[in-house]
Amino acid sequence: MSSQPNGSHPRSKGQIKVVHIYPREMSIYGDLGNTRCLASRLRWHGYEPLVHQHHPGNDFPTDAHLVLGGGGQDSGQARVQDDLAHNAEVLRALAADGTAMLMICGMYQLFGNAFITIEGERLPGIGILDVTTQGNAKRMIGPVVLDTAYGDVVGYENHSGSTELGPGQRAFGTVKSGMGNNGTDKTEGAVTGNVFGSYLHGPVLPANPSFADALIRLAVERALAEPFVPGDINDEIAEQARTRQVRRLLR
Amino acid sequence: MAVAAGKAARAASRLRGGGSALPGLVVERLDPRFLTHALADLPRGVVVITGTNGKTTTTKMLVAILREHGLTVFSNPTGSNFTRGVISSMVAEISLSGRLEADMAVLELDEAHALKFAAEVKPTHALLLNVARDQLDRFAEIDHTAKLLAELAEQTTIGVVLNLNDSFVSRIAGRVPDGVGVTYFGVDPSIADRLPELQEADVRFEDDFTPPKPTDADGLLKPHDERSFEVRFGATDRVGPMVLKQRGLAAMINATAATSTARALLGNEFRNGAAVAALERVEPPFGRGEVIDADGQPLELVLVKNPAGFTVALSTYGNTPVTTMVAINDDYADGRDVSWLYDVSFESLRGKGVALTSGVRAYDMALRLQYDDVAVAQVEPDLDVALERFLTEYEDEPKRIFCTYTAMMALRRNLAGRYGLANFGEEAQP
Repeated sequence: MSSQPNGSHPRSKGQIKVVHIYPREMSIYGDLGNTRCLASRLRWHGYEPLVHQHHPGNDFPTDAHLVLGGGGQDSGQARVQDDLAHNAEVLRALAADGTAMLMICGMYQLFGNAFITIEGERLPGIGILDVTTQGNAKRMIGPVVLDTAYGDVVGYENHSGSTELGPGQRAFGTVKSGMGNNGTDKTEGAVTGNVFGSYLHGPVLPANPSFADALIRLAVERALAEPFVPGDINDEIAEQARTRQVRRLLR
Repeated sequence: MAVAAGKAARAASRLRGGGSALPGLVVERLDPRFLTHALADLPRGVVVITGTNGKTTTTKMLVAILREHGLTVFSNPTGSNFTRGVISSMVAEISLSGRLEADMAVLELDEAHALKFAAEVKPTHALLLNVARDQLDRFAEIDHTAKLLAELAEQTTIGVVLNLNDSFVSRIAGRVPDGVGVTYFGVDPSIADRLPELQEADVRFEDDFTPPKPTDADGLLKPHDERSFEVRFGATDRVGPMVLKQRGLAAMINATAATSTARALLGNEFRNGAAVAALERVEPPFGRGEVIDADGQPLELVLVKNPAGFTVALSTYGNTPVTTMVAINDDYADGRDVSWLYDVSFESLRGKGVALTSGVRAYDMALRLQYDDVAVAQVEPDLDVALERFLTEYEDEPKRIFCTYTAMMALRRNLAGRYGLANFGEEAQP
C-alpha cells in the first residue's frame, strides 16, 4: 500500500486560490485539516493550490476561489468579530458571485444572521446564511452521520449553540445519527448557493472525499471557467474509514 | 465500615485484574467525607499536581525527591487520577480507623477533578503544569481549562508553583490569594527557541503577555545536550547536571517543575544531591516511554492523547526512528473526536514510514498519514491481530507503538501475557 494515492502531474491544469479565514483564532478542532486536504487533493487532481491565510486586520483577498473557516472558542470569536464586520461586504459579494465556501462550527454561526447568548444578548453575524443560533447551556457533542447530496457524510459535532434555519433555508444534510443544528428538526448545516455551513469536525473534508471534490469542482469552474477534470485518486483508505464509521453509528 | 468495604472491593477488583477506581467508588458511596477525614490532618499538607500534560511523570518525580529527603509521602501512583482513584489508592494504605500514615500527600488530578477534590480538601500547595487542547469533548474549551486551574489556585492555602513560559498558567499569579506564595518553573532564556516542542503556539496570543521575571526561588531548565541538563536557581545555585531514564525535553521540564516544587516545599531542608539522586532513579511511568523486551528487541509503548503530547512524543523520538505502529481508539478515555490528529505533523515518520495502523480508528489514522505523505504498510483495526503481525513480521528490529489510552491498555494486557510483565496498573519493581 503506498502513501501517495496517485502519481504526480508534471503540468498544472491551473491555479486555485484557497483562503483559510482566521486559521489561528478559529481552527481549534483540527479544521486546518480541511485546508490541507483541499490543497493535497487539488495537487492530486493536477491543479496548483495557492493557500492564503487571512488574519484579522488585513483586507480579505477578492480573488479567492475557495474560502474555508473553522471552529473556535468564545475568545477566538471575540478576536475576529471586528475584522469580520470590516470584511463582511467583500465576503457577501464573493458569496453572491458564486465563490465556494465551507464554514464549520463557530464560523458557520458567524455566517448566519445572529448568535443570541444565554443572557439574551444579540451578536450579529454577516447574514450570508439564513440561520440564527441560540446559546445553550447544554452542549451537543458526539459522532454524526448525515444524509447529503454527496452521500453519507461522517463527522464529529461539538457545539453549545442551537441553530434554526430561516424559512426556505436549505440544510446541508439530514441527521441519521447525532444532533445536528438543534437536536430536534433533524437538519444539519445550511447551504446557500455555493456557501456551505456545518457543525461537522472530523475534519469533514478528508473524511468525506466526495464532498471535498464537490467543493473543488465549484472552485475550478469559477477560477478557470472550464469544466473540472478530475485526476485518478485512490480513496480506498478514506472510504474504509467513512463506511466503517457509518456502519458503527447506524447499527 | 467504609474502609473495610473499600478494602474488600479493592481485593475483589484485583482478583478480576482491573478497575482501579472501583474501591474508591465503594468508599465514596459509603462515606462521602472520607477524603477530608483522611487527608485534613497530614502534618506537611496536601500537594495537588494538575495541567494537561506531564502530570504522571512530574508526580512520580516529586514524590521520589521528597522520599529521598526522608519524608513519608502518600501518592496516587496508578495513573487513576480522578477523585475516586485517590480514594482507591488510600484504601490500600490506611488503618481501619481511617488515618493515613504519611507526612504529606502528593496527588495527580485531572483539571476538572482537581476542583471537585478542592471542594472536599483544600490543597496546601498546587503545581500547575500547562494548558493544552486535550479531550475537548470533555472540557469543551481551552479557556475553560485555564479557568479551572485559576480556580484551583484560588483554593490553595500556602503556595502555588506556576509554569513561567505558559501564558495561560503564569497569568494565574494574579488570581492567587494574598499571603499565598508564588514560585515559577520554566526554561532558561538560552533555550526559549525550543518552547514550541513543549507547547502549542497556535492557540496562544502573546501580544498582551510578558512572562514574569524569574527570581532566585524559581527553577529554570538548562540542557547541556540531548540527555544531560541542570536546573538553575538564580546566578549560582545549580541542581545537576543529571541524566534521566526517560528521554526528551518534556521529561526535563517535568523534572524542573518537580525540583522547583520540592525546593519550595522543603525550604532549607532541600538538598541538591538528594534531588539529583532521586530524579536519576525515576523509571518512566507506565506508557511514557516504557520499554519492554520483546524477543530480544526493545519495544517502546508511548501514550498519546492530544496534539501537544503527540507532537512532544514525535520530537522526542524523532532522532531515533524505528519500526512504528500507531493505534488509535475513540472511547471516552481516548477522546471520542479524532479531529485532533490533524493538529499534529507526522512528517518525522516519513523517512521510515509506518508499519501498521490499528485500533477502532485505524483507517482514519492511515488517512491522516496519507495526507502527510507517510507510507503505511498495513491497516488492521483489531489490536491483537495487529500486535501479533507487528511482533512477528518485524521480529529482529527495535519497535515503537504510539497509542491512545484504551488501545494502550489492550496492548499492554496482551504484552503482559506474552512476556510475563507486571499486571496492569502496577509498576514493575525496579
